[in-house]
Amino acid sequence: MLLNLQDVEIAYGRIKVLWGISLCVGEGEIVSLVGANGAGKSTLIKGIMGIVPLRKGCINFLGHDISKKHPWERAKMGIAYIPEGGRVFPDLTVEDNLKLIASLCKNELNVRKRLDMIYSLFPVLRERLNQKAGTLSGGERQMLAIGRALMSKPKLLLVDEVSMGLMPKLVSSVFETLKALKDSGISMLLTEQNVSEALAISDRGYVLENGRITLSGNSEELLENEQVKTSFLGI
Amino acid sequence: MTFGYILSICTFASIYAILILGLNILTGYTKQVSLGHAAFFAIGAYTQALLVTKAGLTFWSALPLSIALSMTIGVIMGLPSLRVSDDFLVLTTIGLNFIVMGITEYFDFFGGAMGIIGITMPTLWGRPLSTSGYFAITALFLMLALCVSYLFSRTWGRLAMEATGEDEEAAQSLGINTALYKIYAFALSSTFTGLAGVLWAHSIGSVFPRNFSFEMSVLFLSMLVFGGLGTIRGAIFGAFFLYLLPECFRFIENYRMLVYGALLTMIVILQPNGMLGRGGLLDRCFSKLTKKKAENQGIL
Repeated sequence: MLLNLQDVEIAYGRIKVLWGISLCVGEGEIVSLVGANGAGKSTLIKGIMGIVPLRKGCINFLGHDISKKHPWERAKMGIAYIPEGGRVFPDLTVEDNLKLIASLCKNELNVRKRLDMIYSLFPVLRERLNQKAGTLSGGERQMLAIGRALMSKPKLLLVDEVSMGLMPKLVSSVFETLKALKDSGISMLLTEQNVSEALAISDRGYVLENGRITLSGNSEELLENEQVKTSFLGI
Repeated sequence: MTFGYILSICTFASIYAILILGLNILTGYTKQVSLGHAAFFAIGAYTQALLVTKAGLTFWSALPLSIALSMTIGVIMGLPSLRVSDDFLVLTTIGLNFIVMGITEYFDFFGGAMGIIGITMPTLWGRPLSTSGYFAITALFLMLALCVSYLFSRTWGRLAMEATGEDEEAAQSLGINTALYKIYAFALSSTFTGLAGVLWAHSIGSVFPRNFSFEMSVLFLSMLVFGGLGTIRGAIFGAFFLYLLPECFRFIENYRMLVYGALLTMIVILQPNGMLGRGGLLDRCFSKLTKKKAENQGIL
């Protein structure tokens, strides 16, 4: 198993957000985490990245317990995070946004190669190279955020609400990209409110309700599930 | 205005420029606002004053010690920045300013309110420096500070600091050790500021607690914001302009805080990036000029 969560509990101060979460992501798998607003999806993703501390439980990544590690250490181990809304650095140029991460692997030649890879994936970023990231449109920002996460050659990509605020056409193109990344061997854990689209590209899924996992299974099974249909798909 | 007077004004302006370059690294790059930089200024100046007058060291042998102490306190001050940020960090830095002022005022070791006097001009090749000689030294240090700032601004370190300042969580998740860079910024900044303090102590010949009051910290931040946060040219311009303003218009002296306050308010509203920051008034003028030049030469 690439990522394994055991009985994870997270709280903000005295307010408990997540109870006894256990889940896993295998090599080359896309796993979806679906749930309503406030179910704790983003919190769980932040907990895995290390931005929010765990109250209880442990996180295993590639066989190492990472629950006590700093976020930057986890990033160096191969976890990348695409935050909600992209959160690119608005005052830095597009290229600086990308190079920032590349700086950690030092090798100039590798950096160039990675940059070329990102630009071929998102040609629009090449056009905007020296523009400040703050001047990009929402869709372009999202692409930059994905590109930025890929710069570090991650093994696991945590994707938080990548479709939020994008127009439907862009949403499907972003999902296409994620699928292509999966085929290149990157595992993913995504949170989505766009349940049908998310489950369509993923292998398995977990349903999160009020801080607990209430349902899990293969994507096809979940899409057929009565509970999922009524609460998320509106069928 | 005599030549000597102009020289000493230029010396002081250069010293402030070094300090503002240091403040720029902390507040301009990592966006950690310091309203207590007069404390690091004081630590540099007082350490130098004590080492020179009481321990009998020369300017050159005391200089690295004073800067090192200033940097050490800077690193220690950086530690709370890992727990508190934004407004609370500002309050912490203000606190440091008052603590340093209080200590220097209260303890006889630091001369109390009477300060430390008799800090002589440094000697070079056995002869004490003249005003112009000291100006040359200060100008050299300013050049050095400029070079270091410029070289640093081209490194990954600056990018990492800016990322930390803009969005700490996002920076962390990308593998940037934000804690390290925050402290690094404090260390670099207090090193520059300590150097400014040392130079200042020798050029004025005495240090008093009131020289390092909270008002000075406000002035420093005003200089940086006026010139343009996060830019080297802005830091230099702000330091020179706001220092020379009351020197040129003596009547402003008594209303200095009023003028600075008004200027700062106006800058924040009208020129949020500062006069020389991106899109600032002077920045636009310059880019127009260079554009015209380029047109004349047929480049554009």
